[in-house]
Amino acid sequence: MLRWISIGVLSVALVGVGVWGYQEHQEKNAILIQAENNYQRSFHNLAYYVDLLHDKIGTVLAMNTADSLSPQLTEIWRITSEAHTEVGQLPLSLLPFNKTEEFLSNIGHFSYRTAIRGLDDEPLSDEEVKTLEKLYEHSGEIKRELRKVQYLVLENNLRWMDVQLALATQEEQQDNTIIDGFKTVEKNVKGYSEGMIHTSLNGVMEEPEESQVDITGEKIDHQQLRNKINQILSIDDGTELRITETGEGSDIGLYTVSFDQDGTYGYMDFTQKGGHLLTFMINREIGKPNISLYEGMERAGRFLQKTGYDHMEAYNSVQYQNVAVYSFAYTEDDVRIYPDAIEVKVALDNGEVIGIAARDYLTHHKERTINDPELTLEEAKNEVNPNVNIQEQSLAVIENDLGKEVLCYEFIGTLGEDTYRIYINAQDGFEERVERLKQPEVDFGSVS
Amino acid sequence: MKDKKKFLIFIFLFFMVNIPLSSYENSQQSHAFSPRVLQKGATGDDVIELQARLQYLGFYNGDIDGVFGWRTYWAVRNFQYEFGLTVDGLVGAETKERLVRASRFDREFIHEQIRQGRDFTYYGGVPKEQQVKRQPDRGGQAANPGNQTTGTRTTAVNVPAGYSQNDIQMMAQAVYGEARGEPYVGQVAVAAVILNRVESPSFPNTVSGVIFEPRAFTAVSDGQIWLTPDETARQAVLDAINGWDPSGNALYYFNPNTATSDWIWSRPQIKQIGKHIFTK
Repeated sequence: MLRWISIGVLSVALVGVGVWGYQEHQEKNAILIQAENNYQRSFHNLAYYVDLLHDKIGTVLAMNTADSLSPQLTEIWRITSEAHTEVGQLPLSLLPFNKTEEFLSNIGHFSYRTAIRGLDDEPLSDEEVKTLEKLYEHSGEIKRELRKVQYLVLENNLRWMDVQLALATQEEQQDNTIIDGFKTVEKNVKGYSEGMIHTSLNGVMEEPEESQVDITGEKIDHQQLRNKINQILSIDDGTELRITETGEGSDIGLYTVSFDQDGTYGYMDFTQKGGHLLTFMINREIGKPNISLYEGMERAGRFLQKTGYDHMEAYNSVQYQNVAVYSFAYTEDDVRIYPDAIEVKVALDNGEVIGIAARDYLTHHKERTINDPELTLEEAKNEVNPNVNIQEQSLAVIENDLGKEVLCYEFIGTLGEDTYRIYINAQDGFEERVERLKQPEVDFGSVS
Repeated sequence: MKDKKKFLIFIFLFFMVNIPLSSYENSQQSHAFSPRVLQKGATGDDVIELQARLQYLGFYNGDIDGVFGWRTYWAVRNFQYEFGLTVDGLVGAETKERLVRASRFDREFIHEQIRQGRDFTYYGGVPKEQQVKRQPDRGGQAANPGNQTTGTRTTAVNVPAGYSQNDIQMMAQAVYGEARGEPYVGQVAVAAVILNRVESPSFPNTVSGVIFEPRAFTAVSDGQIWLTPDETARQAVLDAINGWDPSGNALYYFNPNTATSDWIWSRPQIKQIGKHIFTK
């Protein structure tokens, strides 16, 4: 009797487990298919966009008038951005697929710059037409490679989940068509991106490859480094300073110094040349705020002076609970030079400076000759939207969209409930930049 | 002549007696500001009082949220202009004194409204009952539990330009998942790598695009990104967004003990922080 009961119970359990297992299996498959479909969509979209891109560039080459050129170039810009997004969704990031993305970016930049330029006044130069021809040719090659991969994927029912697995398990991909195909694409792009794109697209790239940044000053040794540190901080003699040097990949040669002292962890980067303080961070428990944002700002200013950064003026201050972050900019003859910026962080419990980030300052700061503005303040004001209520004005140097430093009138004004910062080029009155300044954000956690 | 002198002395005495009295009254009624100078960017109870007083006088029409933003800044400047003070947007002793003299501040009422998460205003001359929007009570204290002792929580927060608290949260999750055992600087460096990738043409152009790029971060692939990040990770992300980059402009990092890809070793290395090697 007992036997029959247990057999019955067990077989019910067996059937139950079977059903459960089957359902799990079904669910897993459904999810796998969904993930696979996402990859497939991205991949096929990519192939489509690159094809379209090739087409459009070809059309532009045949066009003549600015009226039709500008919209077409804008269209190219849009398509590159779409294609770029699709690449980012494919599981390739550890496969060196960067060059293709960069190539897309370059086309994007090129078409954007030329599209917004006003081609009536300044038509495409011969060199630009040549660049376009090259881009046409290369996008054609990429298109062909991608279409080939796409054909193989469709023909053999290849699945991206397998690529995912192959990459995950790090098997040498003996016969993975997708990966091989993409490697070919990448190799091709790499071939021309280094040779031609960089030279002829130079000047439209946002930042020329900065492999090394020039820093002025003599190279300092460890003893000089220690003296520097003692100037800035009081560190007990007993505290061990760990000093390391950066490797070949670093664009600025650095000494990295770290130490532990009474529960405080300190970290500093000094440039090897000149011994400038580039990064400084103190990590410790911070108590309740006791000093004001204003007082913290004065302390931050004094600290910068002590560190060897003179003529710095704070232009922004923000309190995050018990710490404050200040943005300083170099100021010369009442002209604020925004590219030469340093961020300073102050603990508001005792006013200690606990952080400095001076990379922008060190990479941009140089001797400048600032020309007198050709426009008067009034003339510049006329260039601003008349609905904006101008409240404050000053002169400033900013880096514009093309990465060039320009002298501007800086206006801060209000329009409705918002505050705007507007830069008008002081030489030609061009509206270089308009920013809507951020209001504090509602704390979503407090109203839920 | 004599009478006039007497009168002046009388007035003088009157003020001598009265000034301390009135300021005593004010401090009773307001607990007054702390002696700190307030400027744009500040947060906390003092800012709540500042906004309430400015609103009482009609200078400030925004929310009383405890964060000294641009709208508060313009309100302060207008106030300073109208009252003949130096127009600098800084709330120092003099500005505070004039504010306190000119306005009322019902601390209990305002903090109660904020704690209850109600939509309210505080204009002078309007009955308070009319300034609170009646709305379904959101469970009252539950909105802000346990804050009675630590002061009222501000209802807004400062965020770095171009980012929302939610972006910061998402990055904090990624940093926590990727580098929670690392020293603080190492966590800032990981956050900086995410931002460097957003800037780089070879990667997607948004924070979410970079974080969720397939196979870019192991923490995303294995689901560790859904752990709840700690405060350290959040701080690290804030630092990175505010411009700190201890990684030295790196685009990749890897753990030399667990890295399986040959390719990653071929990248030019910048430096090692904690267990991670940062590379170009």
